[in-house]
Amino acid sequence: MRNSKKYIGALVVLLSGFFVGGCATPAGKAFEMNESQVKLRSMQTRAFDTTDKQKMMQTVISTMQDLEFVIDKADLTLGSITGTKFLGNAVVTMSVTVRARGEKQLLVRANAQFGLTSVDDPATYQDFFTSLEKAMFLSAQQVD
Amino acid sequence: MKRMAALKKSCALLFACLAIAGCVSVPKGFLKIDEKSLEKRQVQMRQYDTTDETQILTATAGVLQDLGFTLESSETKLGFVAASKKSDATNKGQIIWMALLGGANAVAQCDGAQVIKASVITKPGANGKTTVVRVTFQRVVWNQMGQVNRVESINDLDVYQKFYDSLSKAIFLEAQKI
Repeated sequence: MRNSKKYIGALVVLLSGFFVGGCATPAGKAFEMNESQVKLRSMQTRAFDTTDKQKMMQTVISTMQDLEFVIDKADLTLGSITGTKFLGNAVVTMSVTVRARGEKQLLVRANAQFGLTSVDDPATYQDFFTSLEKAMFLSAQQVD
Repeated sequence: MKRMAALKKSCALLFACLAIAGCVSVPKGFLKIDEKSLEKRQVQMRQYDTTDETQILTATAGVLQDLGFTLESSETKLGFVAASKKSDATNKGQIIWMALLGGANAVAQCDGAQVIKASVITKPGANGKTTVVRVTFQRVVWNQMGQVNRVESINDLDVYQKFYDSLSKAIFLEAQKI
């Protein structure tokens, strides 16, 4: 009997701890970075030897569509594209920006979010850029 | 003694639940193109014998409006239009079954409403004489209590066929399957 009381007491403390934890919604948490800024940038960014921003953006859109993303927003001036993909019951959102790098290159940066988690796995971004490379090659070729 | 065992069990269960809820891991390889993507592309894509992309885009926006969609976002220079439509998702058969099986609580879990999202992209065809249109649909389904029941891409061939039938009519051109 005594033991079970102890257990109940511990459980109450534990649960109240969870409740208190649940009440706090630190806004600062949304601004935390898991990876170093430089590392994150490098895994999310690639440069391409082209200056055709419009074509690059259209290729990014095609690639995203091939990956089952539905495009939500796109802006040529800003060079931004946002899309959503459903993976089972999870929602994946991705935004891609295209901007000039010097006079001969374009910089493409992709960042993805899986549910409430930011994706910081280099291999995942590499998969996207591999597809993008292939698509750029494809759209340069005549395919009938 | 029995109570103790039960208590221990419930404790273990509680922790197991918390542990599961805590680790929502991001799956690998979800940005890899799979073999089915070509198949899907063929369903979602059509080619029209015109280079007037603006005309196609305008017709597309018109067709979406015909279907009851509300236009949400667009960028003509990239050949992009997005629209959405909220509609009823109640399925009488499902409700009757759930009522028989589980009563009022089960009925509350039945599909109630849905939002269908459409996104259209047009771009010049590879040979420079055509315009390629690609539409994709997604939907979010809520239950009778207003909670999300499921989210999914729409891959139903008929939906796409109907859309392109309307579009073809709208631009008075025969769609060429590619």
